[in-house]
Amino acid sequence: MAEVHLSKVVKRYGALEIVHGIDLDIAHNEFVVLVGPSGCGKSTTLRMIAGLEEISGGTISIGDRVVNSLPPRARNISMVFQNYALYPHMTVRENLGFGLKIARQSPAVIEQRVNEAADILGLSPLMDRLPANLSGGQRQRVAMGRAIVRNPDVFLFDEPLSNLDAKLRGQMRVEIKKLHQRVKTTVVYVTHDQVEAMTLADRIVIMRDGHIEQVGTPIDLFERPVNTFVAGFIGSPPMNQLEAMIGSRPAGPVAVLADGTELPLPPEFAGRVTADQAVIVGFRPENLYPAGHGIPAAGQTLDMDRTVSLSEPLGTETMLFLDFGGREVQAKMLNPRLVAPGERMPFKLDLGHLHVFDRASGKSLRA
Amino acid sequence: MSARMIEQPWQRWAIRFALFVALAILCIPGLWVVLTAFRPNVEIMARPPVWIPQHPTLDNFRRIFGLLPAEQQGLPVADYFRNSLVISVTSTIIAILVGMMGGYAFARFRFRGKKAMFLGFMLSRTVPGIALSLPLFIVWSRLGLIDTKIGMIVIYLAINIPFTIWLTDGFFRQIPVDLSDAAQIDGCTRWQAFWKIEFPLARSGLASAAIFAFLTSWNEYALAAQITRTTNAKTMPVGLMDFTAQFTVDWAGMSAMAVLIIIPALILTFIVQKHLIAGLTFGGVKG
Repeated sequence: MAEVHLSKVVKRYGALEIVHGIDLDIAHNEFVVLVGPSGCGKSTTLRMIAGLEEISGGTISIGDRVVNSLPPRARNISMVFQNYALYPHMTVRENLGFGLKIARQSPAVIEQRVNEAADILGLSPLMDRLPANLSGGQRQRVAMGRAIVRNPDVFLFDEPLSNLDAKLRGQMRVEIKKLHQRVKTTVVYVTHDQVEAMTLADRIVIMRDGHIEQVGTPIDLFERPVNTFVAGFIGSPPMNQLEAMIGSRPAGPVAVLADGTELPLPPEFAGRVTADQAVIVGFRPENLYPAGHGIPAAGQTLDMDRTVSLSEPLGTETMLFLDFGGREVQAKMLNPRLVAPGERMPFKLDLGHLHVFDRASGKSLRA
Repeated sequence: MSARMIEQPWQRWAIRFALFVALAILCIPGLWVVLTAFRPNVEIMARPPVWIPQHPTLDNFRRIFGLLPAEQQGLPVADYFRNSLVISVTSTIIAILVGMMGGYAFARFRFRGKKAMFLGFMLSRTVPGIALSLPLFIVWSRLGLIDTKIGMIVIYLAINIPFTIWLTDGFFRQIPVDLSDAAQIDGCTRWQAFWKIEFPLARSGLASAAIFAFLTSWNEYALAAQITRTTNAKTMPVGLMDFTAQFTVDWAGMSAMAVLIIIPALILTFIVQKHLIAGLTFGGVKG
């Protein structure tokens, strides 16, 4: 069993505090992704779990052991680095077997475990090559192989795909997911790419400036972001966010946009907003669509004619840019047809999927 | 680049000729020393000079080792050679060990005064050693280190360690920190990570640092001439001066000994050369 528990973990460099007392519980065999913009403390957190950075405060435990002062080698973890960190003077075979050799396993055991890992990752034909003679994807696989041969309690990944080109990144993402399904182990994975986070994670931890903003399943974070930061970070393209004031109408509260447009709020916000409150209204591009080119809204919609300023055809869908509520927003068009810039089209906004955030705090006003 | 590719034949020959002249200027004095070592005195003194030795001989070497039955007493060249070897090898080994650790520390750790210290090491190289010879002589005589091998070893360490630190710092910097991190996660202690991963990767750098350190101590003359007196500690370059008497210079003997000085340095350079140009490609990391 290898849960990972972080309790009030702090990292300071001199007077500068990088990680401000975070709490996180990772379950056995769970795939947790730490995601956030650069400098948010996600890599530092990972390195503290690995034991490569000292902890300035709090406790980290793996399984039922507090590992605060244990060196990396005593934590039974393995790690895949962003630049792979293969040993350049060793062949693939030696790279894979290095950890076992250090652990003084017998040559027969090393041979067997290395071959197993090589089979899983399709490295068998490359065993006698040096890392310099491998492609990026192959190096990546060797790095993963080196991590799995040792049967660690916890796998740590530090932005493992960010050095690969887009196509390879997609392939390796799938391989990592398959690998996790095959080799059930606790995984902590750091990335700045929200697509990787969404596709790989059982649970996502969103970090910013050394704080955890929200923890939840990918769908949770997508559907119920707790603040404007999470709303903007998860989802591609990001959620449209417009400034608005709350107005009260007989039928219920509305958000009044800068151009005077009134958006009736979903019933869940009734009683949670007050008149004249400054808010941010958010909606995802897929909830704003040209009539007949979107997922039909279950409830009320706002219908309007708008001029398209730019279109980005993506094949199965086309992203449309238009002015709405005093600024440019993105709409998503399914079953697309060719749209010329300047074309005027009827749009529908699905009001059932509105998000409302307090403008001052950025916090969601959802119950 | 493309302009180079299509250069005219005459340009190519002009470049070759210029290179030949430049190399000749560099090499002819050395060649002359070697030629002189293998010819009799008559030829050395001949005017106009004799280029190709007409009567090649090993007598000059025999003579400096005292192997000729002649009236002349040989010089204690074997002693000088031994002194040179002991002093150079010892100071090189210690300088590399200490310098390597220092270079590693500068490359990997953050500590107070790091920049100032590093700059200090560099500045120490800008002081001509001979400027320190008088204070050095006084201190060494108080410490009883005059004319001792230890005395010379300490001096060469003081010269070589900062340089080795500076050189190896650069080599360790090129090795990504992640490799040592990865090794520690793979089960190594920091010490093991160093010896198993970082040391082998820095080997070519250490080899070149070792050559520099060795050649510095092997060739150094000015300070050794101040501190050493007898066969106790006198090194080869200082021994060369034994060939100058009040009114005469024994060019033949001096050249023969110069050849003896050059040979080990040449051999060493050839041995380590492959490390110097070793293309240890850092394929383990991105790139």
